[in-house]
Formats: sequence, structure tokens, C-alpha cells
Amino acid sequence: MMQRTRARLWLYIVLTIMLLVVMTPFIWMVLGSLKGQGELLRVPPTWLPENPSLDNFSRLFDRLTFGRYFFNSTFVAVCVTAGNLLFCSMLGYALAHLNFPGKKIIFGAVMGTLMIPGLVVFIPQFVLVVNLGLADSLAALILPFLVGPFGVFLMRQFFLGLPRDLLEAGRIDGASELGIFFRVYLPLAGPAMATLGILTFLASWNNFLWPLVVAATERTYTLPVALALVSTGQNQTDYGLLLAGACVVVLPILLVFLFFQRFFIEGIASTGIK
Amino acid sequence: MTASAPAEAPRQARSRSVSRRNACEARAGLLLATPFLLLFSVFTAWPVLQSMFMSFTDTRIRDIRTPFAVNFVAFDNYAQALSDPVFLRAALNTAIFVVVGVPLTMAAGLAAAVALDKGITRFRGVFRMGFYTPVVTSIVAVAVVWRFLLEPDRGLVNNVLAWVGIDGPNWLGDTRTSLLSLIIMAVWRNFGTSMIIFLAGLQSVPWSLHEAAMLDGASPWQRFWNVTLPILRPTLLFVMVTTTIGYLQFFEEPFVMTQGGPLNSTLSASMYTYQQFGFGNYGLAGAMAYLTFIVIVIVTIIQFRVTRES
Repeated sequence: MMQRTRARLWLYIVLTIMLLVVMTPFIWMVLGSLKGQGELLRVPPTWLPENPSLDNFSRLFDRLTFGRYFFNSTFVAVCVTAGNLLFCSMLGYALAHLNFPGKKIIFGAVMGTLMIPGLVVFIPQFVLVVNLGLADSLAALILPFLVGPFGVFLMRQFFLGLPRDLLEAGRIDGASELGIFFRVYLPLAGPAMATLGILTFLASWNNFLWPLVVAATERTYTLPVALALVSTGQNQTDYGLLLAGACVVVLPILLVFLFFQRFFIEGIASTGIK
Repeated sequence: MTASAPAEAPRQARSRSVSRRNACEARAGLLLATPFLLLFSVFTAWPVLQSMFMSFTDTRIRDIRTPFAVNFVAFDNYAQALSDPVFLRAALNTAIFVVVGVPLTMAAGLAAAVALDKGITRFRGVFRMGFYTPVVTSIVAVAVVWRFLLEPDRGLVNNVLAWVGIDGPNWLGDTRTSLLSLIIMAVWRNFGTSMIIFLAGLQSVPWSLHEAAMLDGASPWQRFWNVTLPILRPTLLFVMVTTTIGYLQFFEEPFVMTQGGPLNSTLSASMYTYQQFGFGNYGLAGAMAYLTFIVIVIVTIIQFRVTRES
């Protein structure tokens, strides 16, 4: 018994060291964003800021209009998430419980694209967006991501797990087919919707290659794009500014994650095993 | 005959109502599928086909307004890619990244999952969330911080190494350590995902098997190898396949950290494909993207075969 307790103690120590190593970049980021340029350049580096100030953040929002980018990122992520939640659950339900012509082909085609690398569709999507006259618009950042195969996979799995009796009962009660979906099945899909919603929101918030190529002016920049441009532009040695920018990109999503983490982790786990 | 005639009418009525209901169901199914299918056809299915078409043509950036007024060049783009030493170098880098990175990511994820599943009871949520945090953060932000940490003189990593008397290298600037640095960064960023999936998989390992093994005098290590791992095999396969598919498209780390340098030592296949797109060589870039897709399919099939047989 004594031996078990000691082993457990060691495990806690090892895990704590691992946790510190994993979290160090974040701790460093937050502490560094509060330091001045002089302190950031010092060798060896300091841990705690000597004169903590929010100066880096105020420069970010006053001089570089990060408020605008913050709005763009949020708006795009909200639209993309709403689209995925609605459209993927509609198709997912139809594939799980309804018979209609072409069902098998649709399922095969949609799932087939799960393995296709993003770069395969990247160029034609870019050509398409340019030809539709959508270049440098928020629509171009939203439309290509409004639906996706992963959402269909997740929602179909979930609806398959709900009993078909609900459908039969609804029909006997004289409800319409669409009514059965929207009033019976969809309200039961909360957990799956939460998972899909969080995953989609995260992916959209962190997406950066597509917006980097499509967004051409400050009007349409999202936060990761703005940060990438600042970190390669004339401010690239302004470390305090960069670290503050990294905080603005990371901290909101971290809060969302903290808030929803229960759904989040359960949801990922359930898509993993099935 | 005469006896069955009265029964015929309701049966017909019933079959009519069944077929009406089937038609109704089909209409609802199609209606529910339509919005998704419209968006999916325009922004995914059509681009998949168009880039395949492009990869067999000499499409360049000047053809962007007239994507079909181009010359058919058969397999020239594929041949050009496969005979380009830089592309082959990029493919080699990608292969090293996968061969080293996937096992490391899985091992770190599995170790964390096993420790959190049975080893400890308190603070489990804190550790789980902490290990998962890098997964949810933007690569651009991560890059800003990591470039700073890896700086040769000022960086935290080399300063920590100096405490124990090690003279740390110029991590990202030296061709010998640049790819290794990106692999370590990718493991840091991705092991949380495999940990979560392993944690779910571990739920299916019944405790009674562990108890039986313990009665037989098996050590924790033996139990891990002979009880846990065999039951976890489907989960291991799933994590291996998804991690490999992700790592074969290795792109973001070199893009934000090194731009493929120094001396192409961190250039990945996807990174080079993207550069060709940037140069306006759309046909060539399409062929390279499809080569990556073909490798993904082949590697996935091999992984399924091998794990099923053994």
C-alpha cells in the first residue's frame, strides 16, 4: 500500500512537470505581453515583468485597429458555426432516418472528401472566389466553410443513436416530416450540436491560410491574418506588440474552451471511438 | 376470388398510403439535403474535380478568368514534380516528419492518457485541460511565442539548457536542428488530441481484466502491454491513421516558423505546393496536391492492412 502511494506521488510530480512544460509558452506569452521592449531584449530573460503595463495592448487596438479584426474573426466564426450546425444536422438526420433517392451516393461522396488534403481544393476555390467577384470580402471567408463532411459524419452518427420510434410516433400524430425533424429530433441533438459547434468555431477562429490569401485589405483581415502580417512586417522586432497580439488571438478562444470543455472533450472522444 | 374482392380495396388503399408516405419521406429527405448539397457541390465537389482537371493542364495565374481555355499536357505536371529535386527534398522532409512525429505524438498522448485514466484521481480535469490547451490555440500565435522561446541567445530554451551546462544550438537557424524543432513543436501542439481519444478508448478496458492479471502477479508494465494495448488496438489504429493524414499535410509549422528554410531543411510537400501556387503555377501545384492525396490513400490502406493482419 505504501508503495502504491509513493508511486502515485511520483506520478503527480511527473505530470506536474509535464503540465508546466506544456503551459510554459502560454505563461511566457502572457507575462511577456506586459513587459516593455527593453526588458524583453534582456539576457538572461526575466520571468515576472518588472513594470507590468497594458501599453502593448493599447498600441494594438489604437494604432493597429485590432478591434476591427476581432469583429471580423468573431463574425466569420459565428456565421460558419451557424451554417454547419443547421445544414450538417439536416443532412445528417436525412442520412440517418429517411429514405430518399441518391442517399448512398451522397453519403459516399461526402465522406470521401474527408481524406482529401485542403490544398487540393485550395486553388480552384481561390479561382472560384475571384470569378464570383468575392475576393476580399467577408463572404469569401465564410461561404467555403459553411458546410463540411465532418459535421455530417458527426450528426449522422448521433441521429443513428436516437430511436426510430420517435419518427413513427410523430407520423401517427400527423406531424409533417420536416416538423418531426425540427420539433422532435433537433431539440434532442444538444450534445452533438455543442460538440460540432465548438469544434467548428475553433477551426474557423484559428483558420489562417485561406483568409491570408483571400483577405487583401484591413477591412477583411481576421486576427490570425493580422498577427501573421505584423509578425513579418515592419513591427516584427516589436516583441511586446507581437506577444500582446498572440494573447488577443489565444485568450478569447481559451475562455470559450474553458467554458465548454466538458462537451468538447466528450464530443471528440465519441467521434473518436465510433 | 369473390371472397377476396372486398378485402382488396383496403389493401390497395393501404399500399397507396404507404407509397404516398414514401414519396413524402423522399421529398423531405431531399429537401433537408439540398442546402448542404448546393454549398458542398459549389465549394468542395466542384473544386476537387477542377483541380484534377487543372493538374493535367498548363493552367497558370493568367488563366484565372478563363480556367478552361488551357492546354492539355497529360502527365507532364506529375513528371515535372517527381523529377524536381526540391520537391523530392520536400517529400523526404515530410516523410521524416511523419515517421518521427507520429510515433512521438502517439506515445506522448498514450502516456498522458494512461496516467490520467488509472494513475491519479484528483486534478484529473486540470491536467487533461492543460494538455489539450495547445490544440485549441492558433498556430500563428504559437509561432510568435515559440520563435521567441527558441532564439539562440535570448530564448528561454537555451537559457534553461545553460543552467545544466548545455550550450544550446540555434534551433531554427541550423539545418541540423530546424526540422527537429518543428517536430517537437508539432508533438506539443497535437498530443492532446490523441490523449483525449485514448482516454475514451481506455474506458473500454474492463477493470476486471486488470484484477485478473494482478492476481496472476503481472506487473503494471506487463498489464499495460498484455491487457491494455491489445484492447486499445482499434483506437490506436484510428489515432495512427488520423495523425498520419494530418502530418502528411505538414504545412503550418514551416509556413509560420521558417518559411521552409534554412536551405530547404524544413520545406514540406504541402509548403512547396503552396509556393508553386504563389508563383502562379496552378497546374503544377494541382498535380503536387494530388500526389499528396495519392500518398495519403496508399498509406492509409497499408496501415489498415498491416494492423488487421497482425
